[in-house]
Amino acid sequence: MTDQTTSAGSRRLSGPWSLLAGHPIGIVGAIVLIVVVLAAVLAPLLWTSDPIALNPVNRLKHPSELFWLGTDMYGRDVWSRVVYGARVSLTVGVSAAALSVVLGLVIGMVAGYFRWLDGVVMRVMDGLMAIPGILLAIALVSLSGASIVTVIIAITIPEIPRVVRLVRSVVLSVREEPYVEAAISVATPVTKILRKHILPNTIPPLIVQATYVCASAMLTESFLSFLGAGTPPEVPSWGNMMAEGRLFFPLAPWIVLFPGVALAMTILAVNVLGDALRDKLDPKLARRL
Amino acid sequence: MWMFIGRRAVATIPVMLVVAFVVFMILRLSPGDPATVIAGDYASPADIARIRAQLGLDQPIALQFINWIGRLLRGDLGISIFSNLPVTTLIGQRLEPTFMLSLVTVVFSVLVAVPLGAVAAWKSGTWVDRSVMVFAVAGFSVPVFVLGYFMVWGFSLELKWLPVQGYKSPSDGLWLFFRHIALPAGALSAFYIALVARITRASVLEVLEEDYIRTARAKGQIESKVLLVHALRNASVPIVTVIGLGIAALIGGVVITESVFNIPGLGRLVVDAILKRDYPIIQGLILFFSLLYIVLNLLIDIAYTMLDPRIRY
Repeated sequence: MTDQTTSAGSRRLSGPWSLLAGHPIGIVGAIVLIVVVLAAVLAPLLWTSDPIALNPVNRLKHPSELFWLGTDMYGRDVWSRVVYGARVSLTVGVSAAALSVVLGLVIGMVAGYFRWLDGVVMRVMDGLMAIPGILLAIALVSLSGASIVTVIIAITIPEIPRVVRLVRSVVLSVREEPYVEAAISVATPVTKILRKHILPNTIPPLIVQATYVCASAMLTESFLSFLGAGTPPEVPSWGNMMAEGRLFFPLAPWIVLFPGVALAMTILAVNVLGDALRDKLDPKLARRL
Repeated sequence: MWMFIGRRAVATIPVMLVVAFVVFMILRLSPGDPATVIAGDYASPADIARIRAQLGLDQPIALQFINWIGRLLRGDLGISIFSNLPVTTLIGQRLEPTFMLSLVTVVFSVLVAVPLGAVAAWKSGTWVDRSVMVFAVAGFSVPVFVLGYFMVWGFSLELKWLPVQGYKSPSDGLWLFFRHIALPAGALSAFYIALVARITRASVLEVLEEDYIRTARAKGQIESKVLLVHALRNASVPIVTVIGLGIAALIGGVVITESVFNIPGLGRLVVDAILKRDYPIIQGLILFFSLLYIVLNLLIDIAYTMLDPRIRY
């Protein structure tokens, strides 16, 4: 009963916020994420200086009024680099999530609906899942040259199998439903069945999955950059900043710690938001986890 | 039982073939000629031809694949381009630190995570439960190297309790070994603890609603025994599964952690190889890690039948 009253009440809230009603931690996550997005968009206005220009006079300055988060070994302002770094992480996270969801959706629907393809497709996915994602991604990036696009592709490939499995499981259960059987019996074209009857059922769990892929993509991007096999070193990504600052860590820990905090907070916000959405959109999964 | 183990083992063959194929193709699909890349900027055409022949790149691609699989089956992973040592020898030299780091991490994580998850389920809805869950989400979100650097900053640089980096084998003394492994294993454990605690909580929560739990309580069984003997034992299958699935993420974490703490293990080996484009090592190690994952999950599947006699295949 209480559930119904809250959901009825929450409908009066506008738009996507209603999804987070009654989930304070989820709302905090959403707010943190909005702040990060705003920082990325408005970076030049946020009291930043050029994040790439070298300024040897100001090397390794402690955090102070002038340099809020200190400067790095090339005299670049850490605050500016952290703010601009949000652009890289968000671009990679969102693109990888969108790409893997779209590709996973297509492959999963085909595998789930056409039985004869299922076995082959799923064995390939099992094989891809057995390869540690980070290793596959670093190998792909280092062999095809570092750029943000290759990083996104390299991160997306290991994420696809999980999406495929999810979509396939939804398709397998939905295709047994009477309304799908009815559609088949009146000779509805397969593409129409997939689009009108099956696709809508995959959307809620996919939204949840997309947030997790986004978080995991940002995590992987930072790993790649940290290992020197990610975005090109001149790009101010949080992983790159930490990788470059490592040698100076005992001397100037702020170069490493502040991008680390930004990275952890952003990923945490996305994960928390994902959990909140899962509770609302995918209650069956929510009960299991 | 043996029938099941046999069938399950046979089922891994196509998966292993896919892995081998993907690993093989990674090298072939990379733009440009691998031999030229390996040879570097100042190589003569003769050098390039020599490397191409060494890698077998002058043969038709299908033949290359079959030859490669044939060598793999004989346990030959090829020879490192830079050190000229067999990849299997290199793996053997670097195995111990990685094995020890993984072992300490998994044991420590399970010892912490299972009680944590069980208590969270038992006290579900209270602040205990909520703090465990918040910790679990945080464990998923903080990258292992970020945590690692914070721990080095706190425990090594500020408090000066533990060494900043390096590895000592147990044969150098157990105390020294644990002092060196504490921070890397601690940083690496956060993710694993989060994963296992979450699934433990979920499966214990589910089991606690079962009739036999009510029966156990009704007959006056003490609560700790209900939780440990009745609930946890029956919740063990998903917990063991996730410990196995987590191995893949653990392998990724090991690679990063070894770089942060300068541990001379397999992770360092593969990262150095990737940066130097030592293809045989890259292929060999990705293959090695993937097979490890497949075999561990096979063993876990077999363990199910022992943990839960209801599961029969």
